[in-house]
Amino acid sequence: MTGKKSSLLELDARTKKRNAAEKRFQYFGIGAVTVGLLFLIVLLTTIVSNGTRAFTQTFVTFELVLDTAEIEAAEASFVKTSKYRDIITAQLAAKVEELGFETELTSADDLKQIFSSGAAGTLREYVLANPESIGTTEVFKFRTSSRVDGYSKGRVTRESLARDKNLAPAALDLVDQMQEAGLVDRSFNWTFITGSDASESRPEQAGIGVSMIGSFFMMLVVLVFALPIGVAASIYLEEFAPKNRLTDIIEVNISNLAAVPSIVFGILGLAVFIQFAHLPQSAPLVGGLVLTLMTLPTIIISTRASLKSVPPSIREAALGVGASKMQTVFHHVLPLAMPGILTGTIIGLAQALGETAPLLLIGMVGFIASNYPEGVASGFLDPNSAMPAQIFEWAKRADPAYYERAWGGIIVLLGFLMTMNMIAILMRRRFERRW
Amino acid sequence: MPVLWLLTLLLALALVGYVLARRRALASAGGNTRNLHSLPSYYGSNAALFVLVPSLLVLALWLVLQPILIGASVRGDIPPEIVSDGSSFGLVMSDVRRLADGLDAAVGQGAMSAEEARATEVNFDDVRAVLGSVGVALGSAVDTNVLRLAQSYRAISATFDMVRTVIVLGLAIAGFLYAYSRTNADFRARNTVERAILAILIVAASIAILTTVGIVLSLIFNTIEFFQLYPASEFFFSTVWSPSFGGGSELGMLPLLWGTLYISLVALLVAVPIGLLSAIYLSEYAGPAVRAFAKPLLELLAGIPTIVYGLFALLTVGPFLVSFFGQDGHLGVNWMGGGTAVMTAGLVMGIMLIPFVSSLSDDIINAVPQSMRDGSFGLGATRSETIKQVVLPAALPGIVGAILLAASRAIGETMIVVLGAGAAARLSLNPFEAMTTVTAKIVSQLTGDSDFASPEALVAFSLGMTLFVITLGLNVFALYIVRKYREQYE
Repeated sequence: MTGKKSSLLELDARTKKRNAAEKRFQYFGIGAVTVGLLFLIVLLTTIVSNGTRAFTQTFVTFELVLDTAEIEAAEASFVKTSKYRDIITAQLAAKVEELGFETELTSADDLKQIFSSGAAGTLREYVLANPESIGTTEVFKFRTSSRVDGYSKGRVTRESLARDKNLAPAALDLVDQMQEAGLVDRSFNWTFITGSDASESRPEQAGIGVSMIGSFFMMLVVLVFALPIGVAASIYLEEFAPKNRLTDIIEVNISNLAAVPSIVFGILGLAVFIQFAHLPQSAPLVGGLVLTLMTLPTIIISTRASLKSVPPSIREAALGVGASKMQTVFHHVLPLAMPGILTGTIIGLAQALGETAPLLLIGMVGFIASNYPEGVASGFLDPNSAMPAQIFEWAKRADPAYYERAWGGIIVLLGFLMTMNMIAILMRRRFERRW
Repeated sequence: MPVLWLLTLLLALALVGYVLARRRALASAGGNTRNLHSLPSYYGSNAALFVLVPSLLVLALWLVLQPILIGASVRGDIPPEIVSDGSSFGLVMSDVRRLADGLDAAVGQGAMSAEEARATEVNFDDVRAVLGSVGVALGSAVDTNVLRLAQSYRAISATFDMVRTVIVLGLAIAGFLYAYSRTNADFRARNTVERAILAILIVAASIAILTTVGIVLSLIFNTIEFFQLYPASEFFFSTVWSPSFGGGSELGMLPLLWGTLYISLVALLVAVPIGLLSAIYLSEYAGPAVRAFAKPLLELLAGIPTIVYGLFALLTVGPFLVSFFGQDGHLGVNWMGGGTAVMTAGLVMGIMLIPFVSSLSDDIINAVPQSMRDGSFGLGATRSETIKQVVLPAALPGIVGAILLAASRAIGETMIVVLGAGAAARLSLNPFEAMTTVTAKIVSQLTGDSDFASPEALVAFSLGMTLFVITLGLNVFALYIVRKYREQYE
């Protein structure tokens, strides 16, 4: 032995360096995973903390005397809702005085800004629907304006109101006192889930319900077209297609289509369905067709995988007892592959449900989706929005109240996506067979 | 007869055909199915197919051709003098069609009798009022000529509709009779039916091709139209993008392309290190418990719709970055004018791409044979040395493929850049400035009330074409690399 003595028990400098590099590399890895998970946590907390507020709404609750003479006068008037609003504000003003609130807003006219512009409509609808209530005293729950709502949620402050013409800062003092007296409170906002979109100045009345229906009809179209076509195409490619040039082209085509940017499908929809075939713009039918073309590759790929996983012995047994090739596939292979196919379809549908870009091009944004469809045909053909398109529309309106709704819409959308994916996972667990 | 009724009738005929043919087959075998060539249901299906397939094909063809033929025949009747004043044949035609549809609707709802709608001497204000009452809004005045044309349009369509009904029903009945006459115990019904099913399967499989053809054709035709209105060299090489709908727009693609590539670069700078390192850690170091926990959570990021990321960029990341790099920010530098910037969009897009990079690289790293790692460990290398000097070089082509696929995703991404990148087209190196991308401009040029025939709208199609070619090229190249690499170790 020549040279320096060394021991296996004592680490030399080089080994230490190598071990340090090893540790460092491992920490890099842990760091990367942590950063990735951190992004997820930040994203989800942002959504939840901003979005949950959209599900509550501030209401003013108080007893209203439905005076017969006043209501008759309002109905006889030309501007009916404005008269109804006067009824509300006058009685609130009386109430304010009675309870002895200190406020600069004494006139009934000043109190108008506390209420949503839809409050008068709510009252009128109630009166028209229940004529027997005229002349009695009823407890009403009126929606407040978006500024008051924002104040109660901490979004609007006195400073921010200083530059805002929609609500005088003095009104907030009154709202504080009303809140203490129990006149103003926040409760669950059903309108947000079931309601329709509202115009730019009335965010407190906007809801995602109509666009939810639009999304539903679109998914129906996707399901009706994409599932049969996808399954038929996969059966052909997996079970019947001869190995030739054409089959190769189809296969390469499908894998490329899966990677085409979604906006290109929007251009296709615009050019083929709207410019060429003259289908109605903004219709869920067109949206559904575009999304069908977009999800077809996903469905074909997953269907082929589940057809492939059915063991050949099943096919051979069926052929052995005299079934034709077609009978083998439809009577034996397809039923066994069905759970996998349905799982893939649900995942494809979830993808389609969250897609926005192609819908922008076929005109599913830029208008107010304010009407519920009047039936099945109108659900497919009348202009409507879709959930992600509605969220985009709200995100474009530069009003924090609409941002809040956009986040809330995202919670609803993610709720649907999670349910669909959960169903897919459960189905896979329940029905998946390992051969 | 309306199409819906015709379809119902055809389906009913098919059902009747099914039952009758099945019964006849059974009767010809003396009630004993063993004497039949095929199962009885195949004879029924055979008859139903013969009823439906020819008639439906003709019906579909008819529905496509009828408007074209009627249009051509009415167009010939349009007197040139009503087209003169700044109008076109197309506009007059659409007036005629709208009026004819309106008359149909009015007759359908009982607001007008069929004779009234046919009469040429009507009061025009009357026509407008009646049509308005059934929900068809017409332009200012109904021209006599237009009304006459609309009426001849209606007459021709009525004739066409009748001929259509007769032909389609005739075909269906003929098909049934033919199938019925051939139905006997020796007829090979199953073979016929199975051939028809196979044809249906083939048609379904070729829809994928049709989609691609549709994409390419719709892009190409509109692009050609655009280049007839606007010089191609300016589009490809001009550095100014300033569309104005009044005319005189400058539509140079370069600033958009630069914005796209810059944002994608930022996104990849975020996604590739994080994605790749997590893939390495999860596949080489992490125990099964950590892997089972972290991998699905990371992949959750891929399942979140892009609109969510867009909103996250616009409302959270943008203001957050401004609070550091903007005016009066924590860093005291005034680099960022507003929340929308290359950095905002790139960062968020990077987050979106992390699971994409990590799961693709994970597959690829797992495909490297264990024997290569064992050989390296046997020579005394540490884990990280094995990864850096053996596994990664072996997996490199695949990882490059994965990065290219991620790049193609980034280039084609729309919602994040529409909401997070801004709208100003500029050529700048500052990542805190707002820039815009090809996809964002496709959206902005095609939404709104622009005329589809103007260069400002048509430019979106050539932008789409550019996008399609770039992403397709990247995909084909990446898939080629990945596939070649996979074969190497199989």
